[in-house]
Amino acid sequence: MAECHPVAFGWVVEAKRRGATVLHLDPRFTRTSALADHHIPVRVGGDIVLLGALVNHVLSGRHEFREYVSAYTNAADILPEDFTDTEDGAGLFSGYDPGSRRYDNTTWQPTGERDETLEHPRCVFQVLKRHFARYTPELVEAVCGVSRQDFALLADALVAGSGRERTTVWVYAVGWTQHTTGVQHIRTAAILQLLLGNMGRPGGGIMALRGHASIQGSTDIPTLFDLLPGYLPMPRVEDDSLKAYLTRLPDTGFWGLKDAYTVSLLKAWFGDAATAENDYCLDYLPRLSGDHGTYSTVLDMIEGKVSGYFLWGQNPAVGSAGSRLQRLGLAKLDWLVVRDLALIESATFWQDSNEIATGELDPTRCATEVFFLPAAAHVEKEGSFTNTQRMLQWHDKAVDPPGDARSDLWFIYHLGKRIRAKLAGSTDDRDRPLLDLTWTYPEEGEDAEPNAEAVLREVNGYGPGGRLLNGFTELAADGSTSCGAWIYSGCFAGGVNQTARRKPHTEQSWVAPEWGWAWPANRRILYNRASADPQGRPWSEKKAYVWWDEQASQWTGHDVPDFERAKPPGFRPERGASGPAALAGTDPFIMLADGRGHLFVPSGLADGPLPAHYEPAESPVRNSVYGQDDSPVSKLYPDHAITHDQVGGHSAAYPCVVTTYRLTEHHTAGGMSRTLSRLSELQPELFCEISPALAADRGLENGGWATIITARSAIEARVLVTRRVRPLRLSDGSVIHHVGLPYHWGTAGLVRGDTVNDLLPFAVDPNVLIQESKVATCQIVAGRRPRGPALTVLVNEHRRAAGLGDLPGGPERGNG
Amino acid sequence: MAEVRQVPEASFTSYYGRPILKPAKWREPHLPAYLFLGEMSGAAAVLAAIASASGQRGLARAGRLAAVAGAAGGAGFLTAELGRPERFLNMLRVAKPTSPMSVGAWLLAAHSGLVSVAAASDLTGVMPGVGEAAGRAAAVTGPLLATYPGVLLANTAVPAWHSAYRELPMLFAGGAMTAAGAAALAITRPGPDGPPGTGPAQRVALLGAVLESAAGFAIERLIGPEGEPYRQGDGGRMLRVARAMTLAGAGAALTARRSRAGAITAAALLTGGGLAAKFAVLRAGVASASDPKYVVAQQRATPGGARP
Amino acid sequence: MGNRLFGPLADVAADAGYTEPPRRMGFFTDTSVCIGCKACEVACKEWNALPEPDAGMMALTGMSYDNTVELGANSWRHVAFIEQERPVPAPAGNGNGHAGAGAGAQRWLMASDVCKHCTHAACLDVCPTGALVRTEFGSVVVQSDVCNGCAYCVSACPFGVIDRREDDGRAWKCTLCYDRLRGGLEPACAKACPTDSIQFGPLDELREAAAVRLADLHASGETGARLYGHDPSDGIGGAGAFFLLLDEPEIYGLPPDPVVTTRDLPAMWRWAGAAAAVMVAGIGMAFAGRSARPGG
Ligand SMILES: Nc1nc2c(c(=O)[nH]1)N[C@H]1C(S)=C(S)[C@@H](COP(=O)(O)OP(=O)(O)OC[C@H]3O[C@@H](n4cnc5c(=O)[nH]c(N)nc54)[C@H](O)[C@@H]3O)O[C@H]1N2
Ligand SMILES: Nc1nc2c(c(=O)[nH]1)N[C@H]1C(S)=C(S)[C@@H](COP(=O)(O)OP(=O)(O)OC[C@H]3O[C@@H](n4cnc5c(=O)[nH]c(N)nc54)[C@H](O)[C@@H]3O)O[C@H]1N2
Ligand code: SF4
Ligand code: SF4
Ligand code: SF4
Ligand code: SF4
Ligand code: SF4
Ligand SMILES: [Mo]
Repeated sequence: MAECHPVAFGWVVEAKRRGATVLHLDPRFTRTSALADHHIPVRVGGDIVLLGALVNHVLSGRHEFREYVSAYTNAADILPEDFTDTEDGAGLFSGYDPGSRRYDNTTWQPTGERDETLEHPRCVFQVLKRHFARYTPELVEAVCGVSRQDFALLADALVAGSGRERTTVWVYAVGWTQHTTGVQHIRTAAILQLLLGNMGRPGGGIMALRGHASIQGSTDIPTLFDLLPGYLPMPRVEDDSLKAYLTRLPDTGFWGLKDAYTVSLLKAWFGDAATAENDYCLDYLPRLSGDHGTYSTVLDMIEGKVSGYFLWGQNPAVGSAGSRLQRLGLAKLDWLVVRDLALIESATFWQDSNEIATGELDPTRCATEVFFLPAAAHVEKEGSFTNTQRMLQWHDKAVDPPGDARSDLWFIYHLGKRIRAKLAGSTDDRDRPLLDLTWTYPEEGEDAEPNAEAVLREVNGYGPGGRLLNGFTELAADGSTSCGAWIYSGCFAGGVNQTARRKPHTEQSWVAPEWGWAWPANRRILYNRASADPQGRPWSEKKAYVWWDEQASQWTGHDVPDFERAKPPGFRPERGASGPAALAGTDPFIMLADGRGHLFVPSGLADGPLPAHYEPAESPVRNSVYGQDDSPVSKLYPDHAITHDQVGGHSAAYPCVVTTYRLTEHHTAGGMSRTLSRLSELQPELFCEISPALAADRGLENGGWATIITARSAIEARVLVTRRVRPLRLSDGSVIHHVGLPYHWGTAGLVRGDTVNDLLPFAVDPNVLIQESKVATCQIVAGRRPRGPALTVLVNEHRRAAGLGDLPGGPERGNG
Repeated sequence: MAEVRQVPEASFTSYYGRPILKPAKWREPHLPAYLFLGEMSGAAAVLAAIASASGQRGLARAGRLAAVAGAAGGAGFLTAELGRPERFLNMLRVAKPTSPMSVGAWLLAAHSGLVSVAAASDLTGVMPGVGEAAGRAAAVTGPLLATYPGVLLANTAVPAWHSAYRELPMLFAGGAMTAAGAAALAITRPGPDGPPGTGPAQRVALLGAVLESAAGFAIERLIGPEGEPYRQGDGGRMLRVARAMTLAGAGAALTARRSRAGAITAAALLTGGGLAAKFAVLRAGVASASDPKYVVAQQRATPGGARP
Repeated sequence: MGNRLFGPLADVAADAGYTEPPRRMGFFTDTSVCIGCKACEVACKEWNALPEPDAGMMALTGMSYDNTVELGANSWRHVAFIEQERPVPAPAGNGNGHAGAGAGAQRWLMASDVCKHCTHAACLDVCPTGALVRTEFGSVVVQSDVCNGCAYCVSACPFGVIDRREDDGRAWKCTLCYDRLRGGLEPACAKACPTDSIQFGPLDELREAAAVRLADLHASGETGARLYGHDPSDGIGGAGAFFLLLDEPEIYGLPPDPVVTTRDLPAMWRWAGAAAAVMVAGIGMAFAGRSARPGG
């Protein structure tokens, strides 16, 4: 966190000053560890075991916050008899189909009965207990290399830091997510937080530290292929009507208002053309027919199935896993548009990539036509950022963009305008979606820059008569309102750009509601109803946040209550009620159909209702928890043998674990840091961090060179020998050596180096398709790597030793 | 890069062996040449003034010429040493007793003027009274010009210099005498019985050599650990060379009254020795600033800076 | 002790001739909360438009995460990184982290160094041109239009801070953001520091805050914590930029007990005077020796 979120980490330092205990779980001792009270080194990919053992510690020691668990979670739900757990199913839950590598979740659905005593053997609470019973401190030691003392310290701190008077927060970022089991890491933390009563309360929660500035914004109003704004799902091929589409969301809880959200979105997009009769133009939207994620798209490129590609603010030739394949894919396109601040590798690959040296790419024959369009940076345009805290903050333009650089808003708006002008008068049905788009924004200045505030107003939403809405509760399903993203509705409440508020914290309460604007409804802590007990009283004075005010007959407190204001704690829904009305006055988790925190997740997850430890796609050890080694449902794109080391870790060819990460001094694929001397000079060269023991074993010297080899490629890096990386001894006696690699370098920019992502496979989490960039197996040897075709020879030597065939395809020439 | 085997664990002495101080920016041959020429000029002026007063005109003239040459050459080297030579005159913007370089700049300016007037008058015979007065005044600026470099160097954080603040002025005083004596030996021509000037020149040189050697010895041996750079490494090597030349020069100087060749040899050796000593001082200083152990050892040994 | 070149000095600006100067401003750099992000280095370079190095010259040093190496003419803040492994784990709940029981306690010390803006600033005292001046805020600043690059300050600074830039031949160092201070802004480095490791303010207030922080750290078992440069009676009369360190100063590349060179300056002048006298006497003797004998 100190490394990648230094400004946010200032608050951790402040919390520590005020007495908080800070623990850091990371394979490496980092700048975060340096300021933590304790650093616990953990083998990459072992966190479910570690967290699972904490769950077990809580449950077996009866440390759970019983009242909270009973009232606010689904612990009492009784599961059907035909549900089988990994415990009984050799590492698989019931419903697994090995052919499609998928689960059918029918058997995971609760029966509808509850046992409030939590004693029923098939109630979630008991299932949970049994499921995690196997996750013991001994197992943690065996799998993660974490000593029992360290585990005890962690467990004690967690328990001592939770309860009525205290709360614990978990903070994570991509050390947890970038795994084939990424989502389940966070799930395990969620179970802990629910058991300990740490959700919806000040100082509690699970903080997802986000990535790029406004990466939160780009999931809210998504750049993801399977989502629409406000986390509405993208329609699928089978969704042939609005009604059919809407069945994919729950009827009860706040998703119950899904029709209002969806219709308002379609009204915002298609205006008057969207009517009840035509399902508000839902048909205009593309339909999902499968995995259209970035990795499958790249494979399609390689197979010549993709002709054109836009890259906006992304540098996959460096930043995406299997970057060699990324480049080979780009080289197969007809045209490529790169909009970026700097001439990045994804625009220059055809003339400077490594594949030219290896003979896989020939610049004279690569037919991809690359259009590089300079983009305006954030200071050169106005707009909003949505930060890690879901807070929108407006920023003004400070300077004009240089030369031909234009904002992304300008580009997409004028591109749309031009296309629409070309299509004007068309009677072809397929042009209707474009022609019916609401595509008029006020233009300003010489460059006809569209007004960004007008876009935010559209996102906020309008009611009848063009009145700006005050919040999503005003949205209607009858076509009378429009809203670009229901969760953002209210950001222009009262006609005021709420996101531009900058009242100093010294002039308002500690929650600081008047700094920027947080979705939804300017709530700073989600599900904050849970900060009060079932009767609506704060769990403790110290942790009071929102509570039921009997006199005023409404919820009140320091924050905007994340609950219907006037719904009393005693409220019980009528049978068959839908929407918010289906939730009781004690159901804080209002986005869930039953309003309760899910210890057990019956639907929505591809890899099981409970977290289970699987080894990463590549691991030097077998799974010592279950018979199943790696995640049975992770996506491995197996057609491309290069993308996955089939032999996994059970091979001597790749005995070490490579893990990749960031440095404070650089930014991701380097387009924004390797191009600046101020940052480049701070970390001028790619290096690998290894322990003195590994260095001694391989004859590696500090400051010297090492070559790191995986089944995909081999790269060279300078060596940094440091005790901050330590070998972890598993209890079977094996010693796991980590090779740490920051991944910021490439072939362009002021400082250059090999591209770390060349090493990594195409292996992704089955839920969200995030790549497993935190772990793969590798070999490390002293010296620089071979140049040219000899590089391929070296890689193939190791592949053969591992029982793999040669790199597929062999040298190929451009896209001829 | 390969010399560091791993991110070294911090020891109690330093940060990766890096220097704590910035090594002096002063370069070779500029600084040593300046120091040598300046001190020579200073002593030569004294020698000239006394010679003039005692009626030894030849020796006086030799001293004056040496003084002018030293002052001019020294000023040249000093200017060339600056990062911005064109701003040399900024030295005369202020007069700061806390800055030996400021004091030195003023001294050098005054001294150069005085010795120039004295020499010019001597050579041309114009305004002999003024020339004589200037020559006498230069006998006041001269000794200061000769010894202030000791303060110039000592008034720094450089351990080998600062710790030798008592000895350095003596070293320079001795060096000045040797150098001026050598110059006089070279310039004055011995007669059958030796010209009147040769004897004093010889003795100035010999006394200087003794003083310089004694001060050098004291710096090496008596000032404590900071004397080490004068014994070891580049500085030590140079100082041994300097000492050998000075002693050899002194030996040769004994023959100066008998043999012109001896006088020239003596002058050359003494000049070389004096110059080498200045190189040695610079190098020892740089070495002591480049190795954190001197800084740490000195400050640890004398908490609160109790030394001297 | 206690000449104007040494010892405590209540008001540096007044001493330098300012009438009714503002309060003395300075830095308290609390290295116990430094995360080594180098924002201070970058902010300083950006604000002061320091020259950018040639990309070809940028190379990994192998000194942990420190590729800046030292303070210099073009780096006015420098973050040091020290990796330590100590045999005994530090007590729980203390300052910097460690790897837990069993293995030695791991520490990664980070500290942002800067010009100390000494009360008795050797650089300023020795500057022959008056290019180095004391500002009304008590800071020490080079006037680059006056500096002639004599480099005397470089050798005089007991902290190895100020340096001469090779291309323009002048001496440069931290200005305590004199221009920003004049404009009512805090220095760029302090502004950028995300953890308040760099605290800027009136020096007396900072000293009080530092004492409190030190006591807190000691109470929490961080016995190695100490202040550095805070004491007006130290060898430089106290620093305008002082530090809280967790280990010996020399580990961070700082001199353990620096003394301003000018403390000994009066004595130095006396010795120079004595040497001059010896010289005059010596030359006199050389003449006296035999000149009594005519024809000598
Ligand atoms: N300076 C800087 N800041 C950034 C970025 C940047 O590039 N530079 N990038 C931004 C972006 S896009 C993002 S997504 C965030 C990412 O922020 P972070 O997630 O903090 O970034 P990383 O350094 O990739 O990974 C964090 C840590 O995860 C550890 N780790 C690896 N594997 C495991 C594991 O299995 N378990 C555990 N517990 N830890 C593991 C690594 O050792 C590493 O220290 O940072 C954002 N902020
Ligand atoms: N091995 C490994 N690989 C990883 C990760 C890892 O931890 N390990 N982390 C992954 C993560 S979390 C991420 S987010 C990715 C990041 O990978 P990428 O997103 O591919 O890399 P960036 O360098 O962040 O690319 C962003 C580009 O946007 C440009 N840009 C900035 N502002 C603007 C703008 O306003 N408009 C336009 N058009 N362009 C702009 C920048 O110049 C930069 O080139 O890397 C992923 N890859
Ligand atoms: S770069 Fe921006 S987002 Fe990242 S820590 Fe710094 S201020 Fe925050
Ligand atoms: S630290 Fe050095 S440069 Fe800074 S004021 Fe003190 S003597 Fe001068
Ligand atoms: S280099 Fe410049 S600032 Fe330093 S002492 Fe010389 S004139 Fe003064
Ligand atoms: S005070 Fe200003 S000049 Fe000094 S280090 Fe900080 S930013 Fe740089
Ligand atoms: S900005 Fe602050 S936290 Fe970051 S390196 Fe500098 S002093 Fe340390
Ligand atoms: Mo990210």
